[in-house]
Amino acid sequence: MARDLSHWLREGLGATPFCPGCGHGILLGAVCRALDLAGVERERLLVVSGIGCAAWIPSPHLRADTLHTLHGRALAFATGAKLYRPDRVTLVVSGDGDLASIGGNHLIHAARRDLDVTVVCANNSIYGMTGGQVAATTPRGARTATTPAGNPHRPFDLCRLVAAAGASYVARYAVVQPDRVARAVARGIATPGFAFVEVVSPCPTQYGRRNDEADPARALAALRERLIGREEAEALPAGERAGRIVVGEFVA
Amino acid sequence: MSVPVTTAPVPFEPGPRYLSGNEAAADAAVAAGCDFYAGYPITPSSEIMERIAARFAELGRVFVQMEDEIASIGAVIGAVWAGAKGMTATSGPGFSLMMEALGYAAFTETPLVIVDVQRAGPCTGQATRPGAGDVQQARWGSHGDYPVIALSPWSVQEMFDLTVRAFELAERYRVPVILLAEEAVGHLRERVDVPAEVAVAGRDRDPSGPPFGTDEPQGVPPMPCFGDGADLLVTGSTHDPWGWRRTEDPEVHERLVTRLHRKVWDRRPEICRTEGYLLDDARFALVAYGFTARSALAAVRRLRAEGVPVGLLRLQTLWPFPAEEVAALARRVAWIGVPEMNLGQVQGEVRKEARCPVDGLHQVNGEVIDPRRIAAWVKEAVQWPGI
Ligand code: SF4
Repeated sequence: MARDLSHWLREGLGATPFCPGCGHGILLGAVCRALDLAGVERERLLVVSGIGCAAWIPSPHLRADTLHTLHGRALAFATGAKLYRPDRVTLVVSGDGDLASIGGNHLIHAARRDLDVTVVCANNSIYGMTGGQVAATTPRGARTATTPAGNPHRPFDLCRLVAAAGASYVARYAVVQPDRVARAVARGIATPGFAFVEVVSPCPTQYGRRNDEADPARALAALRERLIGREEAEALPAGERAGRIVVGEFVA
Repeated sequence: MSVPVTTAPVPFEPGPRYLSGNEAAADAAVAAGCDFYAGYPITPSSEIMERIAARFAELGRVFVQMEDEIASIGAVIGAVWAGAKGMTATSGPGFSLMMEALGYAAFTETPLVIVDVQRAGPCTGQATRPGAGDVQQARWGSHGDYPVIALSPWSVQEMFDLTVRAFELAERYRVPVILLAEEAVGHLRERVDVPAEVAVAGRDRDPSGPPFGTDEPQGVPPMPCFGDGADLLVTGSTHDPWGWRRTEDPEVHERLVTRLHRKVWDRRPEICRTEGYLLDDARFALVAYGFTARSALAAVRRLRAEGVPVGLLRLQTLWPFPAEEVAALARRVAWIGVPEMNLGQVQGEVRKEARCPVDGLHQVNGEVIDPRRIAAWVKEAVQWPGI
């Protein structure tokens, strides 16, 4: 059943800024559903983002107070806003490059402080807006604009990173599981303390076209095939887990 | 827009005190209604953060020590949009790290106060020694054209008074205000008269008008905060009066950048403050600021005793630069000397305005400038006696 989410969308929006097949549109819908599920009142909501395609999910789309900040610094800005007004629901929606690379220090410190915010990290394994450069989340071997022969380095496991830093709620799902994403974000909002929801979101334009996933439908199908639940993954020998994306709640 | 300015009693005992400049700045911030502080330790400014932490703990205001300086100013910006009066304090290396966010604050018209207790740079330089090497950085350190106000205290009393004024100017013009102190004033201890009450600026939080635009080309729009029902769109990208990103519109960009510049530049008569000493009959003048102005005044008195007709123009406001005051001075004197603890950062500004010869006395050894050195330099520069 289609749900009407238009009450969360700002009046006067034009066409979507996202490329055809981008996962961020699905994620925008999931975030709106999460806000309904969590019973958030619009007047109490602040959504903070950094720079990059994912930072445009809340700004300008969400009909609420939005703070579109500097590259990497969303959590620093959110820390001030939340500490000054702890009564307000503070959500951070941004990308992997923004939150975990240039902003990685703020991410682990916000988790360490157990700041009562919910972070939705759209992870597309690439710098989309700047043209497809390698990210701290790009899988080893993947081709990007700056690793034409394949990424020689290991990616971060963001959920393990923030869990180790002390987050109170940690989950990972993909945009092909919009209901799970919405429920996880709603649980994050309901959890006192630092909540982190990583959302795997395909970027056909910058990641896909260099890695045989240019076709959006194919990218989504390939993503679905790679997902594996946490319990199921734990039962597998390590070698068979390679290339799979482990989804579920890791700290709850 | 006009912000309401009222007076408020200081929340601690007024009267004469024996304080360091850093302590005075912290107390003044508390008195001026600062209720959010984020910072990171750095010599020689850390006492500001420590005193604020102690005062805020008593008063129930919000203090946080962040993981670095850009996080500190970022947290201040977030809190200010949530309704706070925010401040951070730092020194050269931390000020450098804040630059991107300083531009954000200027571009989003976020009122806040930064105290930069300058040490001898560049780089890590001499952490415990004074310098004045951040003067041009305060003006141009972040990329693009953007407005700031910078004030230069020369005493512990002014660390107090100008911190109070910094909060008022920040609110009045929705602009970051930098208190550009030097280690020599930050760590100096001297008598301060703490007033019983200080001026406290409010904020026009009208949510009905556009928060990022005005009809006038130099206007200051009202600033509703988070939770005021404005559904704010705050962005550091080029934005129209309602905050919508307009990153490819040349007119919107030019109108915004020009208005932000003019809202400060056009108000120089209200913002700029200078003080003249022994200038009425002066044939030569020193232009100085900060701690160096104390040495310059001592040198002027010494030279007067020897019959040299010299005076001092002290700049309390460095940015916007008091261009008219310096130009007027230059029309009356035959020579201007600018002593400073850098390689000529204000001398160049004076040269832009002055039609008379302008020389600089530059000292970058991490020591304050000795009045005797200034006096000897003046006599040599103006060839006194002999003209
Ligand atoms: S570049 Fe990638 S992440 Fe950005 S909008 Fe296009 S598909 Fe989405």
